[in-house]
Amino acid sequence: MNSAVLEERQDQVHRIGEGEFAMACNRDSLAGAVSQRACVFCGSRVVLYPIADALHLVHGPIGCAVYTWDIRGALSSGPELHRMSFSTDLQEKDVIFGGEKKLAAALSELIDRHSPKAAFVYSTCIVGLIGDDVESVCRKMSAEKGIPVIPVQSEGFKGNKREGYAAACKAMMRLVGTGDISGISPLSLNILGDFNLAGEIWIIRGYLERMGIQTVANVTGDGRVNDICRAHGAALNVVQCSGSTMDLALMMKEQFGTPFIRASYLGIEDMAESLYAIAEFFKDQDPGIVARTQDVVRDELSRLMPELGQYRKDLEGKRAAIYVGGAFKAFSLIKAFRHLGMKVVLVGSQTGTQEDYEELASIADPGTVIVDDSNPLELSAFIKEQGVDIFVGGVKERPIAYKLGVGFCDHNHERKRALEGFEGMLNFAQEVHSTVMSPVWRFTPRWGKNVAQGSGPREE
Amino acid sequence: MESSNYVSTTNACKLCTPLGASLAFRGIEDCVPFLHGSQGCATYMRRYIISHFREPMDIASSALGEKQAVFGGGPNLKKGLLNVMKKYGAKVVGVATTCLTETIGDDVPSILDEFRKEFADLPLPAIVHAATPSYSGTHADGWREAMRATVDALVVDQVEANGTVNIFPSLISCEDTRHLKDIFTSYGVKATILPDLSETLDGPVLEDYRPIPSGGTPLSAIRAMSGARASIELGRTLAGLPTAGRVLADRFAIPRHSLGLPIGLRETDALCKVLEELSGREMPREMQLERGRLVDALVDGHKYIFGKRAVVYGEEDLVIGLVSFLSEIGVRPVLAATGGKGKAFGRAIEAVTRDILPEPCRAVEGVDFHDIAEQAQELAPDLMVGHSKGYSYAKEWNVPLVRVGFPIHDRFGGQRTLHVGYRGAQTMLDRVINAVLDKTQTDNPIGYGYL
Ligand code: SF4
Ligand code: SF4
Repeated sequence: MNSAVLEERQDQVHRIGEGEFAMACNRDSLAGAVSQRACVFCGSRVVLYPIADALHLVHGPIGCAVYTWDIRGALSSGPELHRMSFSTDLQEKDVIFGGEKKLAAALSELIDRHSPKAAFVYSTCIVGLIGDDVESVCRKMSAEKGIPVIPVQSEGFKGNKREGYAAACKAMMRLVGTGDISGISPLSLNILGDFNLAGEIWIIRGYLERMGIQTVANVTGDGRVNDICRAHGAALNVVQCSGSTMDLALMMKEQFGTPFIRASYLGIEDMAESLYAIAEFFKDQDPGIVARTQDVVRDELSRLMPELGQYRKDLEGKRAAIYVGGAFKAFSLIKAFRHLGMKVVLVGSQTGTQEDYEELASIADPGTVIVDDSNPLELSAFIKEQGVDIFVGGVKERPIAYKLGVGFCDHNHERKRALEGFEGMLNFAQEVHSTVMSPVWRFTPRWGKNVAQGSGPREE
Repeated sequence: MESSNYVSTTNACKLCTPLGASLAFRGIEDCVPFLHGSQGCATYMRRYIISHFREPMDIASSALGEKQAVFGGGPNLKKGLLNVMKKYGAKVVGVATTCLTETIGDDVPSILDEFRKEFADLPLPAIVHAATPSYSGTHADGWREAMRATVDALVVDQVEANGTVNIFPSLISCEDTRHLKDIFTSYGVKATILPDLSETLDGPVLEDYRPIPSGGTPLSAIRAMSGARASIELGRTLAGLPTAGRVLADRFAIPRHSLGLPIGLRETDALCKVLEELSGREMPREMQLERGRLVDALVDGHKYIFGKRAVVYGEEDLVIGLVSFLSEIGVRPVLAATGGKGKAFGRAIEAVTRDILPEPCRAVEGVDFHDIAEQAQELAPDLMVGHSKGYSYAKEWNVPLVRVGFPIHDRFGGQRTLHVGYRGAQTMLDRVINAVLDKTQTDNPIGYGYL
């Protein structure tokens, strides 16, 4: 085993081809290890943030709000209230005497100023400690202002991102079922777990429209409160991402009987399969939908494939490392890299489950390293050992890759380029190409050294 | 002092206290910044810092969960320290508390004492503890407190006089630190600057990842501060606050010079004057030339910017320096705003503008961007000077934003922005004038080729 791995973390790392697969995951982060993980609040914020006509008030000291100010490229076609950062900015006296009054006053002030369609109030760590009754403040403000004011129980220390997703889903569930559902087509669905980064949800909605399907609610990219209120009128929930909105789908199934299917919009197969699965669901009602879906896929592919081939010529044989938030993304990325002729040699996630990792292990090549909740030291050791040409991760991983002279692709919530859908695959290829093929690596110290087993930088 | 009229905070113009402390701890050699609190805070701050510096920024965390929040974070803190020792081989660990641990009332000094006793058989790092709850203070306070605590904890023995000068700047860029060092060297002054981010957050590309980046103020140099002949603190609000310089003055009677951040002509002159006294040397010719070129440029450029109305915002000491500089070049700072409060901000703004501005510059503290925007509406600014978070407002008002300070998240090279010294003033003058010219040219249908 790699010496960069703390002993207590040995069972959170696995190498394909070395013994039985077993992986410990979903543990609390280890004290003193620099985890790439965030908190419950972060999880809730990520999920609810793109709802563009809601007020998002962070109840707590300033940091938690200011670090999430407009941090993601979740686009809106209309209101942009979500791009502002609102906080109660608790001060010492609030911590001592309680923050309820301040919360009520802040809510009142902000609701009057912005007339949002709903307000979400996020509890941060401190609020969990000082014991504010956020629920009752919200109830009161809701009655006073005539809009839903919804508490999100996202005290940071009460777990990790995953608990935050659940809290966000619970919060949204208070809206679902409260709206008027007349006029919704029988061929209709909600898109769950897509955040419209760089306009991605618009791409997906475009495909669905061509298939003849109405989208009722975007959950939550380019999201609107009223759409979420009538989401129970849709015939189907299509859930992307294993973590973030699955709870909502499960709750809606239980309460409203809305069936759901899983989908992924990253990479060619997954995108096409997702559309076919949706067509399959509706084909009894509208037999023509299958042919229309085939047309969409054929159209898109005939445009995409020749262009992709250009990039593949250069990228064939290069080696990639993936470290992302949810494991679902890793599956799609492995396949996407294969289309570019590339090999994934390291893959990991912050919040994968046992099943996620088993599935990863089953599609990964021998020799691939799989890690759960990793840290910079570990990641850098594996990058080096595996001779990686490109690292795919979030903004916190970028400097590690660059410091070692390795290419990088931002595949996280902050990306500014659409990577979903068929056209997203092309963007992805361009992204990968623009970093792997750059001439700058030859000036870095890694170049010319015998980098482990990789195809990585070498003198030619 | 004017302040905000609202209860809620919208788009804050400050960051939280432990972020400042973590940044400052990053400027000590072989030091790992360590947040005692829950995991989320550390992760958010790392992300925020990395987006500016584009460098690795590890911040360890005691990663408290629900149990520890109830029963106390001591065991996690100890365990975290051991892990940091093992993985990083740190010589110094800078422990900053967070809102969580301050609220549950963890007694960090006693926990650390216990830790030192419990593991006395191990080669322990120096552990510094800074109390940094965000519900009182901002990142500027965190920075200052981290350095005060460092000196308080590490400079305990009187060493022999060594003729050095201790320098304690408020938050400045990596490039600023490099330039300051050059200035001291050119005067022949041996200086220990704390903290020193010049290499730790702006280092070369590597073959092997270093758990802790090279650079930073060495522990030995910090310990030797008791033998210095003087301390210079750079930042006008520091004079009235508990600082590292004050600890050294109280404990070792080291004379303490309180200056502003050397931004612009007059504040740099003030620094040079002290350096002349300390070194017994005249201003080196190279600097004289820089100063001369700067004044020459002020003359060449004055008309482009005369009377332009500027809104300036950010940390207190930076804003004071910028306002001083802008007043010198003929720009009219109409609003000086900061998210911090309770310091001598208004008085300092008044002091640097009194004899040069025709009308006083409005100074406001404890404000957010909503307050700034509201005031700016009536002030009709021509430009904004501050960090990148003012961008959406500059865009809305269609005025140029000259990006300075921290953070700069939407441009390249924030860590290499030079603000201090005559050279820094020269760079900023060029940038301010070019921002105005750029706007003139863009707005003008004729498209003048000479401006
Ligand atoms: S809890 Fe305090 S320390 Fe943590 S991010 Fe929020 S303000 Fe900063
Ligand atoms: S861990 Fe708690 S205090 Fe820190 S960012 Fe998350 S919610 Fe805020």
